[in-house]
Amino acid sequence: MLHLVLFLVFGAICVAGAINLLAQKHPISSALSLVVVMASLAVEYLLLGAEFVAAVQVIVYAGAVMVLFVFVIMLLNAGEEERTSGSRIALLLGVPGVLAGGLLVAWVLIRHSGGNAVALGALPGFPKTIGNLLFHEFLLPFEVTSILVLIAIMGAVVLASRPEAQEPARKEN
Amino acid sequence: MVPTSYYLILSGILFSCGVIGFLIKRNIITIFMSIELMLNGVNLSFVAFAAQWHHLSGQVFVFFVMVVAAAEAAVGLAIIIAVFRTRETLNVDQVNLLKL
Repeated sequence: MLHLVLFLVFGAICVAGAINLLAQKHPISSALSLVVVMASLAVEYLLLGAEFVAAVQVIVYAGAVMVLFVFVIMLLNAGEEERTSGSRIALLLGVPGVLAGGLLVAWVLIRHSGGNAVALGALPGFPKTIGNLLFHEFLLPFEVTSILVLIAIMGAVVLASRPEAQEPARKEN
Repeated sequence: MVPTSYYLILSGILFSCGVIGFLIKRNIITIFMSIELMLNGVNLSFVAFAAQWHHLSGQVFVFFVMVVAAAEAAVGLAIIIAVFRTRETLNVDQVNLLKL
């Protein structure tokens, strides 16, 4: 029962944050509501027993990635976005279409619901077991990921550096 | 006990919010945040299935998705800075050429 209450409360916060992200005009408000979504998702992960994933979600997503977003918004001094009016027929057809499709998917999922999720307080995603899996079974993907991160760092530095700063270096060569 | 389907429905709602934001938003940074929202929705379904099948591979995949999302955020925001430097705008309607 407590499990269900916690799921519903944090699920509601999650959905409210996601809708607020869409409703807000200023990017900084959207970024802060995305932080709310990520933090409440971390609680959902804890309810599912994924202890390590919940911690990484808070540290990496709600921490590092969102700081990067807020930093860029502040750096570019992003103001309120101007709205472009969408077509009326898209609104008339789209909203009922999305609702119908979503309700159909939800109905099918509930009818063919599989086994229950973990009990409250059980933590199968202990960091030690995750680490064992990561460094034995998934060693190759892990190493490939490290190369990906290296390339991403170099790409970010090259893309964000000013073109004028590169010119003198080229002339010297 | 909460059935896995509830988690999947929540994940679907988050993913749909991400898709809607991607389509209706005009600020390039907000569009980028909608992509992060979609990735978070997918992560939730990964963890829910990992709990249902009592197999931790799903949680390891969430780890990989997070790493890819972090790399994507770094490169994407660098591209946004480069675009802003040449165009002086963040509105995607005014960014219609791939050329800098």
